[in-house]
Amino acid sequence: MKPTDIHTPDYFHKVVDCQWACPAHTPVPEYIRLIAAGRYGDAYMINWKANVFPGILGRTCDRPCEPACRRARVEENNVDAGGAGESASGQTGSSAKPEPVAICRLKRVAADYKDDIRPRLPRRAAVMNGKKIACVGAGPASLTVARDLAPLGYRVVVFDRDPRAGGMIWSQIPRFRLPMEVIDEEVGYILDLGVEFRGGTEIQSMKALLAQDWDAVFIGSGAPRGRDLDIPGRREAAKNIHIGIDWLSSVSFGHVERIGRRVIVLGGGNTAMDCCRTSRRLGGEDVKVVVRSGFEEMKASPWEKEDAMREGIPMLNMLVPKEFTHEKGRLTGVLFEKVKAVHDEKGRRRLVPTGEPDQHLECDDVLVAVGQENAFPWIERDIGIRFDEKWGMPVVDETTMQTTLARVFVGGDAAFGPKNIIWAVAHGHDAAISIDKFLNGEDVRERPAPTVNLVSQKMGIHEWSYDNEVAADLRYKVPHRDQKIALKDIKVEVELGFDPKLGFKEAQRCLNCDVQTVFKPKLCIEFDACVDICPMDCITFTANGEEKELRTRLNAPARNLAQDLYVSDVLKTGLIMAKDEDVCLHCGLCAERCPTGAWDMQKFFLELAHAGPACRPGVTTKTAIPVRKAA
Amino acid sequence: MTYLAKPRLHHPALPVNKLGYTRRDYEGKVSTLCAGCGHDSISAAIIQACWELDLEPHRLAKLSGIGCSSKTPDYFLGNSHGFNAVHGRMPSVATGANLANRDLVYLGVSGDGDSASIGIGQFAHVMRRGLNMTYIVENNGVYGLTKGQFSATADRGSKSKRGAVNADSPIDLVSLALQLGATFVARSFSGDKRQLVPLIKAALAHRGAALIDVISPCVAFNNHAGSTKSYDYVREHNTAVNRLDFWPSRDAITVNYGEGEAIDVLQHDGSVLRLCKTHAEYDPTERLAAMDLIARHQAKGELLTGLLYLDPGAEDLHQHLNTVAVPLNSLGTADLCPGSQILERINASLR
Repeated sequence: MKPTDIHTPDYFHKVVDCQWACPAHTPVPEYIRLIAAGRYGDAYMINWKANVFPGILGRTCDRPCEPACRRARVEENNVDAGGAGESASGQTGSSAKPEPVAICRLKRVAADYKDDIRPRLPRRAAVMNGKKIACVGAGPASLTVARDLAPLGYRVVVFDRDPRAGGMIWSQIPRFRLPMEVIDEEVGYILDLGVEFRGGTEIQSMKALLAQDWDAVFIGSGAPRGRDLDIPGRREAAKNIHIGIDWLSSVSFGHVERIGRRVIVLGGGNTAMDCCRTSRRLGGEDVKVVVRSGFEEMKASPWEKEDAMREGIPMLNMLVPKEFTHEKGRLTGVLFEKVKAVHDEKGRRRLVPTGEPDQHLECDDVLVAVGQENAFPWIERDIGIRFDEKWGMPVVDETTMQTTLARVFVGGDAAFGPKNIIWAVAHGHDAAISIDKFLNGEDVRERPAPTVNLVSQKMGIHEWSYDNEVAADLRYKVPHRDQKIALKDIKVEVELGFDPKLGFKEAQRCLNCDVQTVFKPKLCIEFDACVDICPMDCITFTANGEEKELRTRLNAPARNLAQDLYVSDVLKTGLIMAKDEDVCLHCGLCAERCPTGAWDMQKFFLELAHAGPACRPGVTTKTAIPVRKAA
Repeated sequence: MTYLAKPRLHHPALPVNKLGYTRRDYEGKVSTLCAGCGHDSISAAIIQACWELDLEPHRLAKLSGIGCSSKTPDYFLGNSHGFNAVHGRMPSVATGANLANRDLVYLGVSGDGDSASIGIGQFAHVMRRGLNMTYIVENNGVYGLTKGQFSATADRGSKSKRGAVNADSPIDLVSLALQLGATFVARSFSGDKRQLVPLIKAALAHRGAALIDVISPCVAFNNHAGSTKSYDYVREHNTAVNRLDFWPSRDAITVNYGEGEAIDVLQHDGSVLRLCKTHAEYDPTERLAAMDLIARHQAKGELLTGLLYLDPGAEDLHQHLNTVAVPLNSLGTADLCPGSQILERINASLR
């Protein structure tokens, strides 16, 4: 293997699994350390800069970071050792299985306990640059574009058909998961930057919009149409059959306040989970979720399924709806066909009828949550925005978010179909950079590099500026409100969030993967001291070879191919140092044991570029949003 | 040293031995020696050897005297018996323990000060008596705990860190042990675990006095240019006479060599040592030839390492003394007090 080039930002970025997995590349370990230090405001600002909605995401994020978290891999086959702290720390009810750090809920800790951060937010632009940008839809993608561009002097106007800004954040996510104050606060931070919001204004024609004097238009209109289920009885029993996302937004608006006693929710995604839990709060006593697929294949996040089941909602799997039964124009129930999963020779799964008699489930109301679709009836097809015929989606460049009409950009669910908030934020950042470059006459394809910093954490002999002791605790559960209270009021938030004490304990589970093991081959005298002390057998001194073969003869086999090997240049004895990054604890013991300082622990900080003069070559000014670099 | 305890977490795919233990189960407390100390590498080799031998930790007794080296038993085998004796007196304690309970595996860990200076008398006698033990000397040529004065094993002409030149003749523990009748004599280097681990395994399986002299550079006081026990010097002047593989029994042999490349040596307990010659003229069962070659290399400033001498038919102190075949603590009243008739017979035989 060739020696690893640690100067490519991607190498160490990949080691920080959570940050790498986050679409907005939030510097996760950095803010978790700040939470542990009680510096909630600083932690919040790191988040705010990267993902714009820390308080909202800390309750609702799809958490792509958590499945990537190294902590879960490290606890694998180790829960006996790892569980040492279990009894002492009162982690009752945990099923002693390897789990990632509760990254998402720690984000909420920063949002909940921060002091007033308003003085740290960017100022309104003192001088406007005279350029005008229209954002269609006031969801997370548009708001991100607005936040990035307004402080630069752009006049940003956000249109939405709803009277409030927030988009699906407030219309589809129920209040018991995300209180109104949190939305108001974080959406408010953006609107306070001088962004103009025109609520209750539905854009009917793109042609008409473009005819106005906008320098650029951003489409962040989401995936607003819920898929229907066209089976017999749909029309006859229409009064009691509701489309999930429409029904949820009617609840948010206060137009719907009751539902029948017996409710069936069709679908297995997160919208279905929100529908069933909302039903439980609006009079639904016997609420069931019925899904075509098996339990494991359901699209809902595992924790959302768990939360629904905790509220007494059963999940019935392998049932395909066949017919809505009705009597005298009134829904009486749903008839289901029983199916089973069959895998063909290519391993593809198909659902085939089991041949058992159909099952009839009685109910008063049905909520259909079987998927969402994009809808662009308002974009004329002859104005230069090319559409993909098959999917009815605009053709969008994945890097620049630009359409085939140069001044029109797309992001969020409107770009590539339904995803989630954090992806919308990432799209928004990218689109803002493109718009800024575009309006300055630059090539949008030239993307700005991230800011990268690598600094030694050594403070003295065996003293580091991060807490390198590895906590043995298992993942802490977020406390919930008493169900009797929670189920009575749709506006009462179920999760209470970690308090500062629990937040600290959970934060200590973080392995500080951004504090990198940096190896200097010139200083190495091959004592093997690092090899002996490494608790995870990550380090091997051996003869060089091809990666595939080298992976088999390390001190511990490097089977996780998603994780890189860190390989040094040839050392004095002709061997090389090979470190498997997979389960490194970042405890720094290799550096503590090394007598020559060949190993050092250095903090890697990567921050994506955000729109502004710094992204435009030839212009050298500081970035618009100052951020305090934490220790 | 490190201030933090080594985390209990281990690699998810860490293998277990026949007893179901991982290598980590054979560790002790975290070392308080200087970062990079050769002794820590030896501790790691002992841990590896005991794990590979499927040794039950409670079947082993680790004994030591005083010094940096003698602190190390705290850093390995945290679940074994341990005894930290007076300076240089580890061999007497080991002798007593071994006579009382011959069923345990005895591992003595000492240093050049503890064995070649204050304890040289004890060292000499434990070797000549053939006590069944493994005696590891962690040999760095200086008194590290008292800031780097020459020890008795420092080579004549070698320089201290402050520039003083050693005028005294060195004691070569390997040659001494050979002369005194040790039946397993090896030398190795703390920086070469591939050589050291099989040597420790073979020594633990050997019945009789087994000495391993391990050159273990002192990073604080004896790892500089004028030293003959620095990492660089040892790496440059090291000649290995053989490569050793060890198997607990003949059935377990997993590697085959071509004819003439290796010789197998069977020990009392059924274990097999396979020696792969890397030095053409060397035969480790020839005591006098071994002594000769060691001396010749020493004269050239070179270090001969590997298994230097082995007597596969060795006897130990228990055989010499014709002691009872079981540990003393397993003897019952009937064994210890056989009755007046037997006493009569003994008395009669002495009249």
